[in-house]
Amino acid sequence: MLYALKIATRYLTASKAQTALLVLGVATGVFIFIFMSALIGGLAEYILSNTVGDIEHVSIQAEDADPALLIPSDGVLYALQKSTLRAATLRNTENFWPLIAALPGVKAVSPQVNGSGFVTRGAQALQISIQGVEPGLESAIINLDGYLVEGTARLAAGSVMLGRTLADDLDLRLGQTVRMTSTTGIATVLTLTGIYYIGSGGPDRATAYVSLGTARTLFAIPQGVNRIEIKLDDINTADAMALRIAGLTGLDAKSWTEQGAQLVDALTAQARVGYVLKTFALITIVIGVASALLLSTYRRRPEIGIMRAMGAGRWFVVVVFVMQGALIGLLGGLFGAGTGYIALLAFPSLDELKPGGMPIDIRQGAYGMAILLTVCGAVLASILPARGAARMDPVAAIGK
Amino acid sequence: MTALLEVRNLVKTFGTGEAETRVLRGLDLTLQVGDLAALLGPSGSGKSTLLTILGTLMQPTSGSHTMLNVDLAAANDAALTTFRNLHIGFVFQFHNLLPDFTALENVVFPTAVREGRETPAARARGHDLLVRMGLADRVDFPSTNLSGGQKQRVAVARALMNRPELVLADEPTGNLDRASALQVMELIGEINRDEGTTFLISTHDEKIAAFCRRQIVVGDGVVTG
Repeated sequence: MLYALKIATRYLTASKAQTALLVLGVATGVFIFIFMSALIGGLAEYILSNTVGDIEHVSIQAEDADPALLIPSDGVLYALQKSTLRAATLRNTENFWPLIAALPGVKAVSPQVNGSGFVTRGAQALQISIQGVEPGLESAIINLDGYLVEGTARLAAGSVMLGRTLADDLDLRLGQTVRMTSTTGIATVLTLTGIYYIGSGGPDRATAYVSLGTARTLFAIPQGVNRIEIKLDDINTADAMALRIAGLTGLDAKSWTEQGAQLVDALTAQARVGYVLKTFALITIVIGVASALLLSTYRRRPEIGIMRAMGAGRWFVVVVFVMQGALIGLLGGLFGAGTGYIALLAFPSLDELKPGGMPIDIRQGAYGMAILLTVCGAVLASILPARGAARMDPVAAIGK
Repeated sequence: MTALLEVRNLVKTFGTGEAETRVLRGLDLTLQVGDLAALLGPSGSGKSTLLTILGTLMQPTSGSHTMLNVDLAAANDAALTTFRNLHIGFVFQFHNLLPDFTALENVVFPTAVREGRETPAARARGHDLLVRMGLADRVDFPSTNLSGGQKQRVAVARALMNRPELVLADEPTGNLDRASALQVMELIGEINRDEGTTFLISTHDEKIAAFCRRQIVVGDGVVTG
């Protein structure tokens, strides 16, 4: 093997320009592979962080119980109607919160009381979604600290945080008060202590954040919560984590993918496109290496014949040409991966990405995979010409 | 005398049907250990085909072929390759050195390909052979930078590298000037004399044939003299 490696290396270094061109061709394929990996991966990351990144990954929602049937003695059935005046509640779940938070992969647990209501100021009344969150956990799910444009993201009793569009619609400034009425009919007056801007219509125009205590008052839930939101370290583990939490607590934990099926499909389709493009890049590499080695074996026919006449077996000839393929793959892979990495350094990270920029994640370049696949592809590409070389009739190859 | 090689009723045909050409037609030949034999005959008489079969690069269509008591006519490609590497050396008309290798690397090739690497012992033997060929100052020269005569002497050294019992030379001086041709033949004669290596040299040149102690004439696919 060592001697075959020496001959393979000698053949490659004997035609420096040809080898350099071949390595450059392979490196270009690897560069495209890495660029596509970083782009597709970065794009997926960007889309996720701008959509799912600001939502809960697993949620537990209190469901309305079916109306009870009342059977009085006169034989007539009476049904209790569903009512928005009574919010469904997750009772006795407090013990589960630390249990869930302690699970590996869980980033944050946010118990909440949520519902609908109105804000009124002067003659204006606007319908809103009320999110009651535990003080200190304001940024556990959505990064309110990051989106804050005025005031504070800390919620105390009697304070409210609104989106900038809603605050503008109400012509409301920090420190001013607004009346909030929930669907239960309970109203309270709250002081605006923070204004955020997410850049998304719904949350900016129709969501108000209040403390958990304030929300309990508004929805008449003296104890418990009606929703638990959980954020994970890895969004891709949401399905498994939802099952685990459900098994652990007996609560109906749901993954974001249940409601975000379209987004999951879109990301899967995008990943498939990436695989196809990367496969084409690999096919280009394989064809390039195979054609170059076919030419090489044709050009070196007399030498192959001489080697066979001197006692080199067919297997030795195969190894010489397969090693050439492997060396070309390795050199092209390393060069392509190196230049790919350097080129990707020029792009801003996802955190620094400006609107309209290219969302490239340098960490998702799949460098090792690119080099490994290239070497494997080059080896596979070299097998056909190598076998052809080994099968040559030494007499015909020598020409005598 | 001990027989080194023996072929009996050797037949070789190329093509099939109407295109069939019978090149060897029941050829018999015995080479003794230490022979220095010239293989003579007109073009198309079957000399090259015979050398190719004796060199185990081609199998006969029929007939027996034994060397060192090994039945080579029945051996497979792998066995023939190993046998060729160990027991047979080749010298071609056009030297056929590996162009991207130095003189020494060319000489040690038959040993290195068997052992999987260029051992110090192999390099030492290769060096000694090149010195003996008068190429002490060309050991590390790229083979492409050598003259025709020097290349052919490197080829002779390569043929002797594994101390083969038989060296087959096909027109070894056919591409050389008179002085170089004589130099190569003197070297061959010296090795034959000193080491007892058997040589079978195909040639058209009567003067080269005169260097050999034995002349074998082939005509129309059989030994005629």
